[in-house]
Amino acid sequence: MALLRASGISKRFGGVVALSELSIGVEAGEAVGLVGPNGAGKTTLFNCLLGILRPDTGTVTFDGHDLSRMPVYRRARLGIGRTFQRIELFTEMTARDHLLVAERARRGNGAMWKDLLNRGDPTTDEQVRAAAVLSLLGIDDVADLPVEALSLGHGRLVELGRALITEPRLLLLDEPSSGLDRMESLALAQVLGRVQQERGTAILLVEHDLEMVERCVTRLCVLELGQLIADGPTATVMGDANVRRAYLGEAV
Amino acid sequence: MTHFLSFAIPGIPYGFVYALVAVGLVLTYKTSGVFNMAFAAQAYVSAAIYYGAVSQHHLSKWVGFVLAVVVAGPALGYVLDRLLFRHMRTAPTVVKLITGLGLLIGIPSIVQFFWPGQHQNPPSLSPKPNAVYHFGSYHIDGNQLVVIVAVLVVMAGLGVLFRFTALGLKMRAVVESPRMVELAGINADRVSSFAWMLSGFLAALAGVLLAPYYANIDATNFIALLVAAIAAAVFAGLASLPLALAGGLFLGIFQQVLTGYLPLNSIWATALRPSFPFIVLVLLLLFWPLVRRRREAGDPLAGVDPPPPALAASLRGATLDRLTTIIFPIFIVAYIGITLFLVPTHWLFLLTQGIVYATIFLSITALTGMSGQISLCQASFAGLGAFTAGQLATEFNINVIVALLIGGAVAAAAGALVAIPTLRLRGLYLALATLAFALLASNLLFPQSWLGNGDTGVNVPRPPGFNGNRAFFLLAMAVFAVCAVVVILVRKGTVGRYLSAMRGSQVAAETIGINPARAKITIFALSAGIAGVGGAMFGSLQGTTSGGDYNVFFSILWIVLVLTTGVRTVEGAVNAGIALVLVPELLSDLGGTSVFSFLGNRVTALSFFLFGIGALTYAKHPEGAVEFNKRRSLLWIAAWLDRRAGREPTAGVADAATLARGQAPALELSGDGQAVADGPAPVVPERSPHPGGP
Ligand SMILES: Nc1ncnc2c1ncn2[C@@H]1O[C@H](COP(=O)(O)OP(=O)(O)OP(=O)(O)O)[C@@H](O)[C@H]1O
Ligand SMILES: [Mg+2]
Repeated sequence: MALLRASGISKRFGGVVALSELSIGVEAGEAVGLVGPNGAGKTTLFNCLLGILRPDTGTVTFDGHDLSRMPVYRRARLGIGRTFQRIELFTEMTARDHLLVAERARRGNGAMWKDLLNRGDPTTDEQVRAAAVLSLLGIDDVADLPVEALSLGHGRLVELGRALITEPRLLLLDEPSSGLDRMESLALAQVLGRVQQERGTAILLVEHDLEMVERCVTRLCVLELGQLIADGPTATVMGDANVRRAYLGEAV
Repeated sequence: MTHFLSFAIPGIPYGFVYALVAVGLVLTYKTSGVFNMAFAAQAYVSAAIYYGAVSQHHLSKWVGFVLAVVVAGPALGYVLDRLLFRHMRTAPTVVKLITGLGLLIGIPSIVQFFWPGQHQNPPSLSPKPNAVYHFGSYHIDGNQLVVIVAVLVVMAGLGVLFRFTALGLKMRAVVESPRMVELAGINADRVSSFAWMLSGFLAALAGVLLAPYYANIDATNFIALLVAAIAAAVFAGLASLPLALAGGLFLGIFQQVLTGYLPLNSIWATALRPSFPFIVLVLLLLFWPLVRRRREAGDPLAGVDPPPPALAASLRGATLDRLTTIIFPIFIVAYIGITLFLVPTHWLFLLTQGIVYATIFLSITALTGMSGQISLCQASFAGLGAFTAGQLATEFNINVIVALLIGGAVAAAAGALVAIPTLRLRGLYLALATLAFALLASNLLFPQSWLGNGDTGVNVPRPPGFNGNRAFFLLAMAVFAVCAVVVILVRKGTVGRYLSAMRGSQVAAETIGINPARAKITIFALSAGIAGVGGAMFGSLQGTTSGGDYNVFFSILWIVLVLTTGVRTVEGAVNAGIALVLVPELLSDLGGTSVFSFLGNRVTALSFFLFGIGALTYAKHPEGAVEFNKRRSLLWIAAWLDRRAGREPTAGVADAATLARGQAPALELSGDGQAVADGPAPVVPERSPHPGGP
């Protein structure tokens, strides 16, 4: 039984068909790559999986739960984390605040009466967890700066940390290495590898940097014009002639 | 059918005027990204000029028309674009909104200033307004005829403009996709100037055409006109000019037709019909597919916009925060001391009023300060609290303190009720929905005898033991303190942090498991509750209070004022409260001197003008101009002290100063703290090495 199963997902924007009858699954603990040319519908798929967009047709199940009618925050609490292609940080917060608020939110706590009794501050336990994730990502030294002062690379790491601290069982990563230099990408790939192996987190990775893809995933899916044109072990798919024409040909 | 038509025909002129305004709104919204709340003020100005020219200076109607509509209308539009809105194209929604609202308060006030008093029986454009023209079994009067003819001519003109002229085509292109047009090399500034002049003309024409329908020329009437037109513009998805036209026409006609089908002279006919556009606006915002779709899809090239500027980092810093938190209690203690021991009774009353206003304003600090959302019905919540408390205390003999608390609770419940249907709305759309709610409360709820009791109002006694002015002042201080502590605790607690996350990025907040609905309902209820308690205190201070104290004009004035002084801090609310009572008082003291005796009956107008114009600083100082200047002076004083002592700048000031010296933020995000971004956050893809980084 797959951890995530999306079947028959379609989504149109006016005349543009972003996804058509797409089906895709991710097993628990598996790392899957999702590549495709610009506008193929990768980000749209993420948005449909998380409920940020409502697909026109199709169903999504996660760990046996039917997600179709579930709001975004409940899907997140079930254990789906994500990062964004165009970075989405909480302005005015430090990196540490990002993690602390995420740690609080995933448990669904947030009653105002606790705030009124002055019991809303982060607990020691939350502080410890946040510190652990910060050091896993190697951003402890910038943890207390406002995020506006961070570089794009650090910004992406903060996003990743914010997703990781919720201990997702599935991590959706939307071009995490874009805007990063080679060293930063390598470090990122290493972190992802550790997360996947040590925590058993499944990863669905959208990425244009094929080196990064090969490094991180074992299975590769190729999307073109909203349809899956290949799905299989990374090496096989990379060798597929259709794929080379549709995607790699364009990338070279 | 006959019945229907006999009511529909008088509706046509209204519909035509709504359509004019709606087209003007869509035009500027699409060409410059500004939803122009000042439109009502523009209409008002021209109506007043026409009135002055024709009724007071006895010029001919033609001259009046040329002055008011052909000259003043476009000129004002041009000035607004040139001086203000052109520079705000990429500013956050809230900034544009507040600028417009400031003008909506400020512009009519300046007219009132130069030209105090009532302008009764506005003249019609028609040479024979009372002539009756028959066709078949129907008839219209001269005024209606002139409206219909004028609008038809203008619409035909617009049709020709958009269809056959190069400028019109460019404007249509800009309306379709502003970004696309800039890529195609059209000078969007020129197009937008022209659009603003055109829409200024439409506003002026609408103002002059509609004025004769009112008993006198009054800014509130024009706000109601604006809301009706907003409904039509929303019907058009804020995008399509023909739909805006059709929407306006439908609205005007249906409003009149309703009269024919509602029982005569019932509360339904007298209250519901004028409220019809507001109800339509709410329904459209909630259910109309064009609104929903726009929010989901948006301009595909919108990401090209540069991000809005970040909140001035120079004025943040731990030491600075500590300094302000030390100064504030000193200030409050001084305020209490002066009020209790030094001032005469009249001033005791004023300073008490200031602190009661500050309590109400804390509701804005809570809602807008934490969530970044604008509500234009805060005065309605205050009124609800006041009326509930008054009714309970006088009709049911409930202890006044208990009644105050129940008033707050009822207002909080109303806040939640407003929040629930509007959960999906943010930014501009939320502001518009709350504007409609405010008008509904004023027109439908507050006139009821069991609540606001119309113009007579409700008595709100003082609580037993607090009859004395000094005692009541201390009670007001205590209530304020409790509300302030609540706001501070919630802000630093979980709810405050959730809201802060949501204003930074709503999608990201949801994807970490924050329930946005719950957070929003909570903060709306809290905010409304505070407004309700503050309103009840206000009523109790005055003794009696009526719906007029809480109309939408005050909601707008208050939010504009609080955003100007500082919406993020309790101090900001206090400053706003004191400003609201002291500015008019000082001005009228000034008017008592011989040099400034001309101020006389213009004091209110001048203060409102100042408050409205103050909002223009908001674009530059989203943290509040007063807050900004206070912090800057503190920085300056600290630096001066250090220089005198021959020391290096102190640590705290230094950390603020380093930030100020422009470790140019590499990551500029959509939220500038005040921003309600309409789309996902764009990022400037350039990086600057950070001292701590690799
Ligand atoms: N909110 C939207 N409104 C209208 N069209 C959209 C929207 N989002 C996506 N699209 C369109 O849907 C298609 C798929 O877009 P999507 O962003 O999912 O592609 P992608 O595979 O993520 O591309 P990229 O590699 O550039 O990130 C594109 O044609 C895009 O223009
Ligand atoms: Mg994408």
